[in-house]
Amino acid sequence: MTTDRRQFLKMAGVMALGLGLKPVLQSLLGGEVVKASEELLAQGDGQGRRWAMVVDLPRCWSSPGCTDCIAACDAVHNIPHLEDERKAVRWLWQEPYGRLFRGQDPRATFSEVSSKAALVMCNHCENPPCVRVCPTGATWKRGDGIVMMDFHRCIGCRYCMVACPYGARSYNFVDPRQALDMTKVDPGFPTRTRGVVEKCTLCSERIDRGGIPACVEGCSRGALLFGDINDPKSEVRRVVETRLTLVRRPEMGTKPRVYYVVS
Amino acid sequence: MYDAGKILPGMALFLAVVLAPIWYNVGSGQAAAGPDIVKPVSEKECVEPAQYMRDNHMQLLIRWRDDAVRDGKRTYVASDGRSYEESLTGTCLRCHSNKGEFCDRCHDYSNVQPSCWGCHTSPEESKA
Repeated sequence: MTTDRRQFLKMAGVMALGLGLKPVLQSLLGGEVVKASEELLAQGDGQGRRWAMVVDLPRCWSSPGCTDCIAACDAVHNIPHLEDERKAVRWLWQEPYGRLFRGQDPRATFSEVSSKAALVMCNHCENPPCVRVCPTGATWKRGDGIVMMDFHRCIGCRYCMVACPYGARSYNFVDPRQALDMTKVDPGFPTRTRGVVEKCTLCSERIDRGGIPACVEGCSRGALLFGDINDPKSEVRRVVETRLTLVRRPEMGTKPRVYYVVS
Repeated sequence: MYDAGKILPGMALFLAVVLAPIWYNVGSGQAAAGPDIVKPVSEKECVEPAQYMRDNHMQLLIRWRDDAVRDGKRTYVASDGRSYEESLTGTCLRCHSNKGEFCDRCHDYSNVQPSCWGCHTSPEESKA
């Protein structure tokens, strides 16, 4: 059999079409493409744990002006205090309640509650947009739900900062060591370097050693709770089941794992 | 060859100058002095035999880094069965508390600039 140019091109076209059909047929028949990402989300740390935080705002507000949790976090993670607000590095900080829950809680618009300070941090989303966009795998979701940050791999492209709807990420515009008192730096945790993005890691380094996050430990009022939301007997689960809690910007579909008790 | 009278002596002179350090070492009968490092007095043994550490400490540290940061695994079982926490500042620098006299001297000698210390701090630094 001889094949002329015309026949060859026809066959090539049919074959290319066939290749294009494969994923379509697959998703129609078995939905394999969708299933893969769901499996990825459902996989745990081997023990089925999913860490979560609860911020009990009324309890937090019962001691106005207290920033013990922030001080504890800043100390163990060597977070610099930079003069220039635009270059500030934050892991755990405060925002007005009104800004966080406008649209979810009418009090956020109308009452005096709107100006009260509420704690904010990385939400350790079930579906983290920052992880999707990171080109180097420097940020990823661990099996136990912690959205982790590997400073070694971060190239400082800041895609993650654009992707995060909560502004939970900070960039080191300047060398953080210039704003740190190097005599008081905790050698147990590295400082960061210029050109790296950082954020709350839920104290993964403490959790891996059997500890709890520094902010939870630092709060003497019990306004911060930490635990396994998958464990029906855990305190975080009990609070989320029995009290009215909100998460930030649920319409984004990120499924935050930081819950706020609001009344 | 044109100008062989200039080129050949020129090349000979060039080679003599460039190779002078090598001939000097051969002539003096001893190798150049290595880095003068100060070993810890508190411990006699590192996590692995000294020769292995000399050759492979960088690979070991990279593995520890990936284990601790990426996999949340923080225990290293050495070839002799003892286990250690996989931590640069917690395990290595506990004995090698003299980073300047140990790590830096050898790294300076061999002209390598590891980027570890851009973020990790030694107890020395936090005391100074």
